[in-house]
Amino acid sequence: MLHFEDYPVGEVATFGDKLVTEDEIVAFAHDWDPQPFHLDAEAARNSQIGELIASGWHTGAMLMRMMCDAYLTDSASEGAPGIDEMRWLRPVRPGDRLHARRTTLSARALSSRPHIGVIGLQLDVVNQHDETVLTMKTAAFIRRREIAP
Amino acid sequence: MMAYYEDVVVGDERRVGEYEFTREAIVAFARRYDPQRFHLDEEAAKDSMFGGLCASGWHVAAASMRALVDYRAAAFAEIAARGEVVPPLGVSPGIANLRWPNPTRPGDVVTFHVSVLDKRETRRPDWGIVGFRIWGVNQHGGQAISYENRPFVARRGG
Repeated sequence: MLHFEDYPVGEVATFGDKLVTEDEIVAFAHDWDPQPFHLDAEAARNSQIGELIASGWHTGAMLMRMMCDAYLTDSASEGAPGIDEMRWLRPVRPGDRLHARRTTLSARALSSRPHIGVIGLQLDVVNQHDETVLTMKTAAFIRRREIAP
Repeated sequence: MMAYYEDVVVGDERRVGEYEFTREAIVAFARRYDPQRFHLDEEAAKDSMFGGLCASGWHVAAASMRALVDYRAAAFAEIAARGEVVPPLGVSPGIANLRWPNPTRPGDVVTFHVSVLDKRETRRPDWGIVGFRIWGVNQHGGQAISYENRPFVARRGG
């Protein structure tokens, strides 16, 4: 199981492989973000973007799932306080193949709970053309290995 | 508030909707997008910092988006009913300063609000950018989520 000590500052890790289907884009949008340009290619024409693209929240959720599958469910994760910044740099389209890149920016112990550390992270989602489609800066709580709660 | 750029008033504030986080919905969302132990299993969650099952933060954010989209759709329907042209929809380049100050528990009903922080024109005559603050409050008055979103909003003159 991965702990705070397993995320050294400066480390860059690449993970995930997610094929984005039109059905998934539409299903997420139907539940959470029913704007025409996420639901229907024809309706998307009367929008700024002009074509069917994934909801930005869907891309974020796909990143979260890639993180869980690659390492988070096998780590002593204690959640996250928030997202400092998330930018949707390029559209995610049906047929895109995504992976992710994690850069560890900082690591410190929580003064209020010494058995928990806070890791500052940059996470990027990259498509099959090596273009970054989403970038975010966030923090994650994770238990320290050597200190019992 | 949800119309053309020219109609947006800085400081305006609205309640946009609410969402009930049932246990089933929390677990279903987590299974698909965020299968961590504290979003899936009550017993395993007791051993976490959350002390019990809670919704994925992405689920809370997604519910806020749904409330906003539904609110805007109703506002656009009123514009259409007056016989006016409905504004084209803009996209958002991103969000900032998102916080989940309190965990969202099974049975929580979160009410979402939006206020206008700022607005500015862009180099393109047909689009402005509007800064919205979005936040959600649970039935105990605790804040479940807060963030800023700055989408493109169509200009009437464009």
